[in-house]
Amino acid sequence: MAENAAKPAVGLSDVSIAFRLASGGTYTAVERATLRIADGEFVALVGPTGCGKSTLLNVTAGLVAPSAGRVDIFGSPIAAVNRQAGYLFQADALFPWKTALENVAIGPETSGMPSAEARARAQGWLTRMGLGAFGDRYPHMLSGGQRKRVGLAQVLIRNPKILLMDEPFGPLDAQTRQIMGNLLLDLWSGDRKAVLFVTHDLEEAIALSDRVVIMSAGPAARVIGDWRVPLARPRDISEIKLAHAFHELHRDIWHTLKAEVIKGYAQSEGT
Amino acid sequence: MPRSRLTALQIFVAIIAIALWYLLSTYPVFGKILLPPFFFSNPVDVAQQIIAWFVSGVIWKHLWVTLIESILAFVLGSIGGVLIGFWFARQPRVAAVFDPYVKMINALPRVVLAPIFTLWLGLGIWSKVALGVTLVFFIVFFNVYQGVKEVSPTVLANARMLGMSERQLLRHVYWPSALSWMFSSLHTSVGFAVVGAVVGEYLGSAAGLGYLIQQAEGVFDVAGVFAGMFVLAAFVIVIDAVVSMVEKRLLVWRPLAIPDEV
Repeated sequence: MAENAAKPAVGLSDVSIAFRLASGGTYTAVERATLRIADGEFVALVGPTGCGKSTLLNVTAGLVAPSAGRVDIFGSPIAAVNRQAGYLFQADALFPWKTALENVAIGPETSGMPSAEARARAQGWLTRMGLGAFGDRYPHMLSGGQRKRVGLAQVLIRNPKILLMDEPFGPLDAQTRQIMGNLLLDLWSGDRKAVLFVTHDLEEAIALSDRVVIMSAGPAARVIGDWRVPLARPRDISEIKLAHAFHELHRDIWHTLKAEVIKGYAQSEGT
Repeated sequence: MPRSRLTALQIFVAIIAIALWYLLSTYPVFGKILLPPFFFSNPVDVAQQIIAWFVSGVIWKHLWVTLIESILAFVLGSIGGVLIGFWFARQPRVAAVFDPYVKMINALPRVVLAPIFTLWLGLGIWSKVALGVTLVFFIVFFNVYQGVKEVSPTVLANARMLGMSERQLLRHVYWPSALSWMFSSLHTSVGFAVVGAVVGEYLGSAAGLGYLIQQAEGVFDVAGVFAGMFVLAAFVIVIDAVVSMVEKRLLVWRPLAIPDEV
């Protein structure tokens, strides 16, 4: 059906997320957020620290239920965990008691693939990530960047239709971030999944994505801006940052974001 | 410090201690023997006793009995601790109901149970195993409980996103986490299994290292008491070394603790 093809990979409609506090009140993290991500689109979600962008991501993943609003995945309402999505976490999420190879193979294995086949495929993914010789290492024996690559392989081996990323390169140093960013774009350009990439780094957001969505400072954060990134692909992250269009867009978005960042900072520092 | 030098220094400490013991229990200082042999025996007598035990072979039977009791106490206590710990951690309501009783029993000095176990299970090995089990169980139980409760939320969320069912979560996340906590307390729980066995023997039995020490004490054979203590200490060191080897294999995935070099 033609209508089916037009259905967005992710459709958030008026999503509000509130938490009950131990003191008895409620805390509204996100208020009436609406966001659509077309299939194959790379969207970066940017906002000041503590604005609820990770919470919104968790709602899209099906790990947190929204208190109001609709979450549709390819046109059907989300039920429990989002099976269509792969999730790359900010913190270390690898199983520390499994080797790199076992970590990558676990996804296919749990969905019923024979172990030998899953491991062969996992080895293939590790090789693609440049970690072919590191399969028998445990996560603590790998560097931060290597762990991220294993995590990426762990997610991509399941071939999810949607990729959710929560500041995945946040803990890495600047050079490793660039390398990981280029690696991500390279992998993504192969089959163009829908991506929701949460970050607080505006430069990273513009360099990677097709669209940059800005959220206001919390509580009750809202979506306050949506920019299309008019930069050609394929891109090289370190080079694209020198382009004129990049600077113009950055200035434009930063104009909106700056006020929210200051607000967010005041709140996190305030009494 | 290089390994050889460390070993040399460790042996040096033993030599000094034994030499002091020998001198102070044999030669008077200012006209007085500071360690009267009646209370402190002396290294020569103790060594002779130990050698006599090993030459005649009587010691093997006692070592064997204590070893079997310790192993049984460790295995049974661990199985119980793992199962109950897992159950309680996954069923918070059950845990809440039993909480005061767990605390009560755990606060009880286990030695007072020894006579009851002897009454119930006789003077054979099972009353000692039971005493060891009550000690091992709680260590393993608390560690497994903690291990299941403290699974990293990120790892758990990741497992869910990777499509794991509840059963797969148990197998790939909760179980390894619980076991890693249990293994990290392996030294303590094995140590307590030995304590349970020896104390049980001491309080009433017909064989084992505790029995040997208790017998010697009964006839004021201080050399026998000290000899029994030394054999017990050596026994514990050997067991501890075995545990360290097992631990090294089981916890390969763990980052090493701070190296002991300063």
